Order: sequence, then structure tokens, then C-alpha cells
Amino acid sequence: MYRYNDFDEAFVRTRVAQFSQQVARRIDGSLTEDEFRPLRLMNGLYLQLHAYMLRVAIPYGTLDSRKMRQLAMIAERWDKGYGHFTTRQNIQFNWPKLQDVPEILSALADVEMHAIQTSGNCVRNVTADHFAGAAADEIEDPRPVAELLRQWSTDHPEFQFLPRKFKIAITGSPNDRAVTKAHDIGLRMVRNEAGEPGFEVIVGGGLGRTPMIGHVVREFLPKADLLPYVEAILSIYNELGRRDNKFKARIKILVHETGRDEIARLVEERFEETRAEFAGTDQALLAEIERAFAPPAFRVAPTDAFDAFYKADPVFRAWADTNLAPHRAEGYAIVTISLKAHGATPGDATAEQMRLIADLAETHGHDEIRISHEQNVILPHVHKSDLPAIHAALSRAGLATANVGLISDIIACPGMDYCALATARSIPVAQEIATRFEDLKLEHEIGPLKLKISGCINACGHHHVGHIGILGLDRAGVENYQITLGGDHTETAAIGEKTGPGFAYDEIVPAIERIVRAYLEVRSEPAETFLETLRRVGHGPFKAALYDAEGTKDAA
Amino acid sequence: MSRPFIPKVVTANALLEGDVVYLTADDRWTRHHHEAELIEDEAHGQLRLIFATAQKGVVVGAYLADARPGANGPEPIHFREVFRTRGPSNYRHGKQEVAAR
Repeated sequence: MYRYNDFDEAFVRTRVAQFSQQVARRIDGSLTEDEFRPLRLMNGLYLQLHAYMLRVAIPYGTLDSRKMRQLAMIAERWDKGYGHFTTRQNIQFNWPKLQDVPEILSALADVEMHAIQTSGNCVRNVTADHFAGAAADEIEDPRPVAELLRQWSTDHPEFQFLPRKFKIAITGSPNDRAVTKAHDIGLRMVRNEAGEPGFEVIVGGGLGRTPMIGHVVREFLPKADLLPYVEAILSIYNELGRRDNKFKARIKILVHETGRDEIARLVEERFEETRAEFAGTDQALLAEIERAFAPPAFRVAPTDAFDAFYKADPVFRAWADTNLAPHRAEGYAIVTISLKAHGATPGDATAEQMRLIADLAETHGHDEIRISHEQNVILPHVHKSDLPAIHAALSRAGLATANVGLISDIIACPGMDYCALATARSIPVAQEIATRFEDLKLEHEIGPLKLKISGCINACGHHHVGHIGILGLDRAGVENYQITLGGDHTETAAIGEKTGPGFAYDEIVPAIERIVRAYLEVRSEPAETFLETLRRVGHGPFKAALYDAEGTKDAA
Repeated sequence: MSRPFIPKVVTANALLEGDVVYLTADDRWTRHHHEAELIEDEAHGQLRLIFATAQKGVVVGAYLADARPGANGPEPIHFREVFRTRGPSNYRHGKQEVAAR
């Protein structure tokens, strides 16, 4: 894991000291709210519906036990005993008091964390595949490049006031777990004909009000050219992106209005100008960063204990079948810890749970933890012989729900229960859907299905790329929920299509059940997934199930 | 013909805690919606909003929210304002937590 150098340490401490003074000046009246607001947002502090909210960056979703324990301490000491992991691999604290925030930021700095650039029209937290450095299908660990991008973009003088926020996602695997096609820049590691690793560069993806799948502007970019190329893209966007209309300011609109070919031409032209300025300094820095991400010393040991438990214990077997992923090292597995216990708030972890995860990472996981954009926690490096002990410990803490990738593994934004921008609630809808399908005991029969819920058009819950997406809206003063079908967040990314009129709050869960029952009726065989069935039969059977059913109440 | 004025309350968030607060008729800030001043005249509403907005060291983001008279005082109309009176759905936090003490 990357450790701060003297520069990083001094930079973060200076920002904490600056913000401490700004908070003091706001409280004593020297600063008005209009003056203070941009300063607090530069330090990740929002004012939400019921309280302040502090958004803390978890760069490329990577943590260790020390950091996780500090987050637990912060949750207990200055919040209400829990934190909320987000779809951008951040953690949000929902209840800090204004005067406590400087101390919280200082506590974060103690473990090399901060809240810088978690808001504002700048390059946000660089996100990555949550299986990075561990996945069996990986070409290379993308985190050194993500860290390079983090260092380059932090307080970059040219890119602090972009037309709008800017999000970069990176994956080192051909199987895209980082939603690269729905980011301002998506970087997918690929090999060229000579077998050398490089990046497919995707630009102009994004969800929100105008959802778009990004365009490939470079099919193969050598690794060494990455930073000047990304700088060229940012530079073109900064120059040509629209500042006259907030809703048309993202780079996806620039790409759409200018055209993919012209954008690619402009970027290549700027890249040729920019490239010389880097002169290899970034490569020297990258080499230093890469050393910090050296893989742990994987141990060679028998996996008999795992095999025996797997055969003997059906509960363990169900969890292992659902929550484990193939690891690159012999005898190892990647463990996804579900933060989606049926009826729980997606993405929330208590301080006790955070400490348990820290303990497990330290004892059994080479001290590595990841946060996924799907709001779960990952132990990326676990020897299979340790899995029975891990499962037992997780079970005692309510963290052993065997539902990763199933219908109750729902992404849900905070919605109107917390967010000042939201137009309807997300969390109780997610809770009720998960509970409904748990009661029906259907979710393992349904199989892989991505259900994603957003409480407003900004789409923090990624509903556009959910196999089933739900968007909460305000229709004439009541909560109303639109359904989209057919979204896909992977390398075959697609934006879901709206089914028709929305549903009232008390109708949305039955509506989702009707869709799922229609799928179970029309699928060709149990192995055909929801998405495969939808692509084969089209939307007709699902629309019929939604709108032709007797007693369906159209609330739109 | 102009639309009839919907009664309002002045609401904001407390500067230090972020709590949802309401302006009372005697110029206090209360955590309880039913203690708010129900404003039934548009011009008076604008004056009360100016008064609230000027209290920069006490509250943040003051605005007028639709309300109606109720048995115990003003009641919110829109569901967003209803949520602001009680706190989130998933935990008994915020105002619910205070009320439970």
C-alpha cells in the first residue's frame, strides 16, 4: 500500500490547519456562509437535509486495518456509530458537528487520509476495480496508476475549477468491475499485439440527467503515455467544456456535441504538445509507487480445511459460492463482505463491524481491505484455509449474508433520507425489496441480478446501468418511482430503458416482484440470467407484467 | 388571476449542528415544526425571510416552506418537509433520537 511521503504529509496537515481556521472564522462570524461554503466543500463538508455530511476519500477503494479502525473511531467519537460507504468508494459520515470537523480531519491525517476534492468541480476520488491486485483475470494491478493520477490531480492548479466535477475509473482486468464506460474518463488495461500492457481510453461516459456510454478515443495507449494523455483530455475539456449551463457542463456533453472523432483529434493534438513536458518524471514516480504496491508474500498451504467445510456445511457453502471470487494466487480467494444484510441500509457499517473487518484483514488478509463501488467491503487476499474462521466471525457480526450479485445486493444512494438534492427516498425501497425477496426465499433461484436505486436524476445509485433500475422522483408532491430495464455496468455497458409510467411508493416493491416473476416464467432455463432473458425476449413480457396486471395502480 | 398564497413557515439549518430549525413568531429558532410561526401573508413572509437570512451566525440556508394549520400548530405539506421534521427513515436518528430521550 502507498504510504505518504513528507510532501503528502505536509500538504494534508497544511490543509487541516487552513480549514480549522476557516471553521473558526465562520463560527465567530468573520466569514459569511457564502464565503465559507466553497471552502467547506473543498474539504468534503456538505450541509444535507438533517445535518452536515463529511465525505472522506478512500483512493481507489484501498484501506488497511489502521485506516479502517480510525474510521470506526471517528464514527463513534464524532458521529452516530456508523459510516456509509458510497458508490464512489468514499465513506460518508452523516452527523458531524461543524466545530468537530477540524478534529475529524486531523484524525484522518493521522492515518494518511483526507476529504480533499471529494466535492467541487475538480478531479474527484479516482476509483478502481475493487479486486485490483488480486483478481485472477487481471493483466496488472491498476492501483499504482490510480495513485499516480491521484497525486497528479490533487490541487492541480489548472484543474481545480473545471466546468463540472470529473470522475476517472480504472481497471486492470478485461472484465470491467469499475464501470469505466460510465465515467468522464474510463481506463481499461489491455494488451497490444506485442503483448505489452496499455490502456483503452474511454471518454464521455456518465449517468445523471443525460446518461451516456463513453466513447473509445484510443484503443491502445502505452502505459508510459498515460499521464500526458489524461492531462490532454482534461486540458481540452477545461478549455471547451460548457460553463453556460450546469446541466450541459460534463465532458459527455462536450463529446456528444463536438463528436467523438473531433474530440479524439483535439486530444491527440494536445497530447503531442503535452507529452514532452513530462519527460519521464512521471515514469520515475510511477516506478516508486509500484514498489509500494508489491503483492504480499502469499503463503503456500493446504486447503483441506476449506474443502472439508465446503462439503459439510451448507451455510458456509452458500456463502462461499456467492461471496468468493477467483484469486490470482494458488490456494487464495477474494472475499466480498456483504453490507447488504436483508433489511439493512446498503453500504452502512457500524464501528464494531469496521473493527471486526480490520481484525480479519490483519489476521487473515495480509492487512488489505477494499471498498467496492457496489457498497460492499472486500478482503482481497485470503488463504482458503482461513475462510471457515472468517465466515464464523462474520456470521457473529451479521456480516455473512450470502447475497453478493443477487437481487438483495442493491446499490442505493442515500436518497431523501439524507441528501439535500434527492427527490425521493432510496434506502427504505432497497430495504423493503431485500426483505421481500428474503421472505419469498427466491433470490438464489433468481440468480445474478443487479438492482440499483437512485433518489434523484443525478443517479448516484447508478440506476441507469442496473439490470433493473429504479429512479425516485417527486411527482406532484408524492414519491414516484420509474423503472428502467436492461442496464449493464460492465464491459458490455448499456443504459437501461424506461418501462413506462412510474409507481407510487407502496407499489414499487410489488412491481419489482412482478418483473422478477415474469423473468422466472419466461427464462429458457435456470442458468439463463435476467439480463440474458431480457435481451432474448425484449421488454414485452416485463411491461405486460408491470402494467397489465389486475389492480396495478399507475401513480404517474 | 393570481394564485392564492399558500401559508409558509421559515425554516433553515442550525449553523453549528446542522439541525433543521424553524422561526417562531417571537424571533426564536425552534427544532419543532409545530412551534413555528405560520405565515399567511406573502409580504410578511418575505420580511420574515429577510430577518432569518440576516442571522448568518445562527442559521444556514433559510427558506420559506409550504405549511398548513393543524391542531397543534403548523404542519408540513410536502413529503420532503415531513422528513425534515422527523429525521431519516432507516434509523431513529436526528429529531427522532432527541424525541426518544
